Amino acid sequence: MASPDTSSIHDVVIIGSGPAGLTAAIYAARASLTPLVLEGEPSSTGDQPGGQLMLTTEVENYPGFPDGIMGPELMINFRAQAARFGAKYETVKASRVDFTERPFKIWVGDPDADDPTYRAKTVIVSTGAEALMLGLPNETKLTGHGVSTCATCDGFFFRDQDIAVVGGGDSAIEEATFLTKFASSVTIIHRRDELRASQIMQDRAFANDKIKFLWNSEVKALVGEEQLQGLIVENNQTGERTEIPFTGMFVAIGHRPNTDLFKGQLDMKDNGYLITQGVSTRTNVEGVFACGDVIDDYYRQAITAAGSGCKAAMDSERWLEEHDD
Amino acid sequence: MSENVTNLTAATFDEVIGATAEPVVVDFWAEWCGPCKMVAPILDEIATEQAGRVKITKLNVDENPSIAQKYGVMSIPTMLVFHNGEVTKSIVGAKPKATLMAELGL
Repeated sequence: MASPDTSSIHDVVIIGSGPAGLTAAIYAARASLTPLVLEGEPSSTGDQPGGQLMLTTEVENYPGFPDGIMGPELMINFRAQAARFGAKYETVKASRVDFTERPFKIWVGDPDADDPTYRAKTVIVSTGAEALMLGLPNETKLTGHGVSTCATCDGFFFRDQDIAVVGGGDSAIEEATFLTKFASSVTIIHRRDELRASQIMQDRAFANDKIKFLWNSEVKALVGEEQLQGLIVENNQTGERTEIPFTGMFVAIGHRPNTDLFKGQLDMKDNGYLITQGVSTRTNVEGVFACGDVIDDYYRQAITAAGSGCKAAMDSERWLEEHDD
Repeated sequence: MSENVTNLTAATFDEVIGATAEPVVVDFWAEWCGPCKMVAPILDEIATEQAGRVKITKLNVDENPSIAQKYGVMSIPTMLVFHNGEVTKSIVGAKPKATLMAELGL
């Protein structure tokens, strides 16, 4: 656990360490601002050091890597690049922020502690988004026993098994295609009768003999006590429910932004994504900037997150120059 | 990897687990798993700081699938805790150091 350093006031504290946060760290470090990155705590969801790319395999669309690069390796490189120019890291998660007065205050650990853990002249929020789960009663209990939050990590364990992927967007199709390397069949369960995924992903999925589709279908319950054995699936056109045996389930139904920490302080849309002003990364609080997936419910790419991280660092640097006090 | 961490294989598994007096943590991992990379340095630290109180070991599931299968590991990282050769706890998924320490009773 980090010890409070109430004496020093950081120029820039970056909360989050995906492509946005670490790009902001590279730019801020190169501007000699010695950014402090609160990189989060290890978990097996997207909310962890390195962000969502830590749960992926091959990244084929990040420019500069003609043969592709593994997601975790890409993030380790980002981190090392910022460290080279003096960025500091703490493997902690912010538990509370106070943006009502400057310097801004950030707590780690006990949110009710009198003194904040960190004080900062500017804050860059890059806490990203994390994958949604279905929210069914025994979903958490069966995680690690058939229910998985990370296809990349766990696909290996489903060799020659029949498994399900829930969702119809790019990430669902990508996971399903990846999982066919191991599983004997992958059934995509989608609540509509067509996919939202991009054409190239759809073409890949339709051409794959191992991928089957259950259209207009929703998972209503998980079957199994110690181990996932099947899913109760409802056809949302007919209301008919069937139990289908599956030993594995991967969920890719969308994301939610990690913004609970900022409720009541930073302006956000109804869906929780932070609002920034115009083409800048400025939030409604002067000196607090936001970048990456936490402000983006549309593009959600590593490269767009990195781009906005660069902007946040430049906005922060400029703000510090203008408020040299 | 810390010198206090023992790399297990299918060939050495039973011997190490059976012959160790203190609790043994087996970290099931693989090269392709991002969260495993996050947990590894934390386990390294615990191995060094808690040497003698707990033994930290690692098992590569890619190279030793039979052991993973035997213990029903279907997600990595999974950390199984053994007392006298029996599994007494299963920790699924990457966790912060404080959580791991608490789970391990340290």
